[in-house]
Amino acid sequence: MSLYVVQFLTGLANASSLFLAACGLSVIFGVTRIVNFAHGAFYMLGAYVAYSLTLRLEGAFGFWAAILLAAAFVAVLGTLLEMLLLRRIYQAPELFQLLATFGVTLMVEDLVHIIWGPQDLVGPRAPGFEGAVPVFGLPVPTYDLLLIVLGPLVLGGLWLLMHRTRWGVLVRAATQDRDMVAALGVNQKWLFTGVFTLGIFLAAFGGALQIPRTAVTHQMDLTIIAEVFVVVVIGGLGSITGAFLAAVLISELNAFGILVFPGISLVLMFLVMAVVLVIRPWGFLGKPIQTGVTTIGEATRPWRPWSNTTGIAVAVAVLVAALLPVVLGSYGLSVGSQILIAVVFAMSLQFQMSTGGLDSFGHAAYFGLGAYGAAMTVEWFDLPMELALLVGPLTGLVGALVFGWFCVRLSGVYFAMLTLAFAQITWSIAFQWVEVTGGDNGILGVWPADWASSPANFYWLTLTVGVVAVLALRHLVFSPFGYRLRAVRDSTVRAEAIGISRQRTQYVAFAISGTAAGLAGALFAFLKGSIFPDVLAIPTSIDALVMVLLGGVATVSGSVVGAIVYTMASIWLMSATDLSRLVLGGFIVFLVVAFPQGIVGSLSAFVSGPFERWRTRGRTERTIAVSAEGSR
Amino acid sequence: MLKTLSRLGCISMLVGTGLMASASAGWADDIKIGEINSYSALPAFTEPYRKGWQLAVEEINAGGGINGDNLVVISKDDGGKPAAAVTAANELVSRDGVVLLTGGFFSNVGLAIADFASHKKVLYLAGEPLTDAITWSEGNKYTFRLRPSNYMQAAMLAEQAAKLPAKRWATVAPNYEYGQSAVKVFKELLTKARPDVEFVAEQWPPLGKIDGGAVAQALAAADPEAILNVEFGADLVQFVREGTTRGLFEGREVVSFLTGEPEYLEPLKAEAPEGWIVTGYPWYAIETPEHDAFMKAYEAKYGEHPYLGSVVGYVEFKLIAEILKKAKSTEADDLVAAAEGLTLDTPFGEITMREIDHQATLGAFVGKTAVEDGKGVMVDFTYKDGADYLPSDEEVKTLRPQD
Repeated sequence: MSLYVVQFLTGLANASSLFLAACGLSVIFGVTRIVNFAHGAFYMLGAYVAYSLTLRLEGAFGFWAAILLAAAFVAVLGTLLEMLLLRRIYQAPELFQLLATFGVTLMVEDLVHIIWGPQDLVGPRAPGFEGAVPVFGLPVPTYDLLLIVLGPLVLGGLWLLMHRTRWGVLVRAATQDRDMVAALGVNQKWLFTGVFTLGIFLAAFGGALQIPRTAVTHQMDLTIIAEVFVVVVIGGLGSITGAFLAAVLISELNAFGILVFPGISLVLMFLVMAVVLVIRPWGFLGKPIQTGVTTIGEATRPWRPWSNTTGIAVAVAVLVAALLPVVLGSYGLSVGSQILIAVVFAMSLQFQMSTGGLDSFGHAAYFGLGAYGAAMTVEWFDLPMELALLVGPLTGLVGALVFGWFCVRLSGVYFAMLTLAFAQITWSIAFQWVEVTGGDNGILGVWPADWASSPANFYWLTLTVGVVAVLALRHLVFSPFGYRLRAVRDSTVRAEAIGISRQRTQYVAFAISGTAAGLAGALFAFLKGSIFPDVLAIPTSIDALVMVLLGGVATVSGSVVGAIVYTMASIWLMSATDLSRLVLGGFIVFLVVAFPQGIVGSLSAFVSGPFERWRTRGRTERTIAVSAEGSR
Repeated sequence: MLKTLSRLGCISMLVGTGLMASASAGWADDIKIGEINSYSALPAFTEPYRKGWQLAVEEINAGGGINGDNLVVISKDDGGKPAAAVTAANELVSRDGVVLLTGGFFSNVGLAIADFASHKKVLYLAGEPLTDAITWSEGNKYTFRLRPSNYMQAAMLAEQAAKLPAKRWATVAPNYEYGQSAVKVFKELLTKARPDVEFVAEQWPPLGKIDGGAVAQALAAADPEAILNVEFGADLVQFVREGTTRGLFEGREVVSFLTGEPEYLEPLKAEAPEGWIVTGYPWYAIETPEHDAFMKAYEAKYGEHPYLGSVVGYVEFKLIAEILKKAKSTEADDLVAAAEGLTLDTPFGEITMREIDHQATLGAFVGKTAVEDGKGVMVDFTYKDGADYLPSDEEVKTLRPQD
C-alpha cells in the first residue's frame, strides 16, 4: 500500500516537472499558434545558465535567485528572437515559424557546446531540499514535494494572469480574432512579444528546475521537445489546465506502468496520445478552433501546370542531371542518389501538405516502413532488389492505410500530432522487436543487385524513379482528384456541399503520400546497405518538413528545390566543419528571412510580382469577408 | 575550418603537391587514414578521444612515420547516425582514397561501418562500439574491434558479483541493444557461477529519459539484495541522486557497468556513489611506466588529464601504425593478414588482436567507487586482461559466421 502512495507522489512530482516544462509552450502555441521548435533549446539554455549562476551565487537565497535570474535572462533572449526573427514571418504560410525555430535550435546546440564545453554538468542540489521525509514509512524526496506544490502554483498564477488581468483578456481576445483586436486599437505586436517572452521564461524556468534532479546535457533540448508538444496537444490547444491534466495522466501511467511492464516508458507517452486523440479529437479540454491562418488556396494564386518554357527548363535540368555521371566520381554520385531520394521523400510529404492541407509530423513512419519492408524482403526471404523495391512502397501504403484511417478524422495540429504518435509507435516496434527487425542493431547487408551496384547505375535508377515519382505526383495535383483534394483543403464546407467527402478524399491522398514515401525509403535502404530504427525517428520527420517548408509550402513541387538545398548543405557541412549545426542553423535562418515564402515560393512571387500586385488589390476585400465568415 | 587534416599532414600535403615531381625521388608519401566518430552528438566522449588520437599521430610521425611515410588522418563527424556514417565512410574511401577506416562510438554506427567495410573490402578498426555483434554474430573478415566488448565487461563484473553473498538481484539498464545484451550476458554468467541466484526485478527506462524516482522506487519495492546497473551519463546522475535520497542503495551491493570511467564518474563530484563495484579507468592511480609515459605526454600537450576516450583514441592509432608497418602494403587483404595476431604495447600493457574473432585483448580496470576530496574515484582496483574474459575458441567459432 505504502508503495502505491509513494509511487503516486513520485508520479505527481514528475507531472509537475513535465508541466513546468510544457506550460510555456502551451502559452505560446495556444495563443500565437507559433509551432516553437526552439522551446527545448530555451529549456536547455535555462538549465545551463542556471548551472553557471548557481556556481557563483551561494546559499538558499542565491540558489533560487540563480534559477529566476536564469529564466529572466533566457526570456530576454526569447524576446530578441521574437522581435528580430519571428516578427518578420508572421505573414508567412503556416508552420513556417517551425522552420525558423528549428534553425535557431541547431545554432543553440553548437553554441552550448562552445560556451559550456563537452562534458555533462551536475549542478548543486536545492539548499534545504536535499533530503527525504518518510511517507507511510518510505522516503520521499523533499524536492519532489516542492515540485508537487510548484506545478499547481504556476498553473494557478497563469490562470489568474489570463482571466483576471487586462493583458490576459487581450491575449485571449487575440487568440479568437487578431484583426478585431487590432481594429480596437490594441498593438498586437507587443501582445505577441509579451506572450512569447512569458512562454520562454517558463521554458527556461522549467529547465532550471531540473538542476537538482539530473545532469545538464547537450541532449536536453531534443529529449524534452516531443514530450512537451505531446502534453500540450493531449491537454487541448490553448488549455493550460488541460496540459496539467495531461502531464498528470502521463506521469502517473508511467509511474505505475513500469511496475508491471518495465520497458513501457519507451512508447507510453505516444500510446496515450494516440488513444486520447482517437477518442477525443481535440484533446482533454480543447475546442475546435479556427486556426486564423489563411489556407494555401487563399494565400496564393491558383496553381497551374508548367508553361512550355518551364517544362523545357525542367527537361533540360533532368538531362543535365542524367549526364552527371560523366563528371562526378563515385562519392559524388552516391550523394546525388541520396539527394534524389530526399527529393522523392520531400515531394511525398508536399503532396499531402500542400495539395491535401494535411501537415504531418510523422512522415518518417512511411519512409521507415518502406526501408524496413525492402530490407526485410532481402534479409528474411532472400528476394532480389527489384522485388524489394516493390515491397517497400507497398509497406508504406499499408502503414498509411492503417494509420490514415484514424488520422484523417482529425485536422490541423491534432492531425499532425496523431501522425507523430503513430510514427513513434512504429519506431518503438522496430526498436523493440529484436527477433524480426534486429532492434537497435538494425538489418545489415542490404546492397543493390549487381546491375545497379555501380554508383552510376544506382544514380540513374534513383533519377528515373525520382523523375517519374515527382511527375506522377504533379500530374495528380492537376487531375480531377487533385482538384477535389484542393477543394477540400480550401473550404471543407463548400466541398462537402457539392458531394466531395473530406475524409475519403484525404484518406486517398494520405495513402498515395505514404506509398511515395515508402518508395523513397526502399531506395534509401539499398543506398546505405543497412537500416536502423533511426530512419523512423523524429529527426527524419523533421527533415522532411524542413525540406517542404524551405522549398515553399504553398507551391506544388517547391520541395524538390528544398530537398536539394537542405540535403546538400547538411552533407557538405557535416563533412567540412565541426560546427555544422551552427552554420546550417544560421543558413536556415537566413533563408527564412530572405525567402519568407520558401525558396521557390518567394522566387516565383518575385517573378510574377507585378501580376500579383494587380491581383491582390481585388483580393483584400474578399479575405476579410472570408475571415469574418470563418470566425462566426 | 580545416579540422579534417592534422596540421602536420596538411603542411606535408601542400609541400607534396608543390613538389610532385620530386615525390618519386625519395620524398615521404602520405598514408591516409579515414576516421569517423560522433563528434557533434557525443562530445563528452569524442573530444578526449580526438585528443588521444592526435597525440598518437604526432608521436608516430615524429618517430619516422610508417616506414618513412607520413600518417595523415581525415576525420569526419557522423552526428550519431548510422546513415551519415555510411556517407562519411563512402566519402573517405571513394573520394579521399584512405587505406583503412577507424572510429565509431555507438554500436549501430559501428555495425553500419563494419557492413560497409565488408562490402567495399576495406579494413575497419572499431574503437569504441561495445556490441558483441560486431565481432561475433555480424562479424566479418575486414572488421576489428579494440575495446573490451560487452561480453568481456559483463564477465569481469559477473566474476566479482559471484563473490558477493547476495542472492536476490535486480537490474536496471537503458532500453536498447547495449543495455539489453549487458544484462543478458551478466545474468547468464552469474547464474552459471552461482546457480542459487535469482533475479527479482528489472527496469528498462529509455535512454536519456529515465524517470529516476519511479525507477528507484520500483526497484526498492522488489527488495533485492544487490543491483546491477547499466545506466550511464545523465540517466546515471538522476538514478544515483534519486536512489541515494530514497535509500535504495543502503545495505545493498551495486555492480555497475562503466561507472568508473572518468567521463561518467567525474560529473557526479561528491555525489558519486560509494562502494559500487565498477569497470572504469582510474587514471590518477595507475602506476605503471607505460601509463606514466602516456599520461605525461598527454598532460604536457593538453594541460588536462586523459579520459578513457583518450586512451581508446591513442591506442587505436598506435595499433593502426603497427598494422601498416607490419603489412608494408596498403592492400586491404595484406592489412587484414597483418592485423590478425598482432601484438602491441599500450598504456594498459600488452594486447593482442585475436585472429579467431578480430577482438583485441585490451582489458579494463575493475574496482570500487569511493569519494575522496569531494571527487568520485576508483579504489582497490585491478587490471583485468581482456584475454581472460572471452569464451573458449570452440564457443567463439559457433558465435561467429565461419567462411
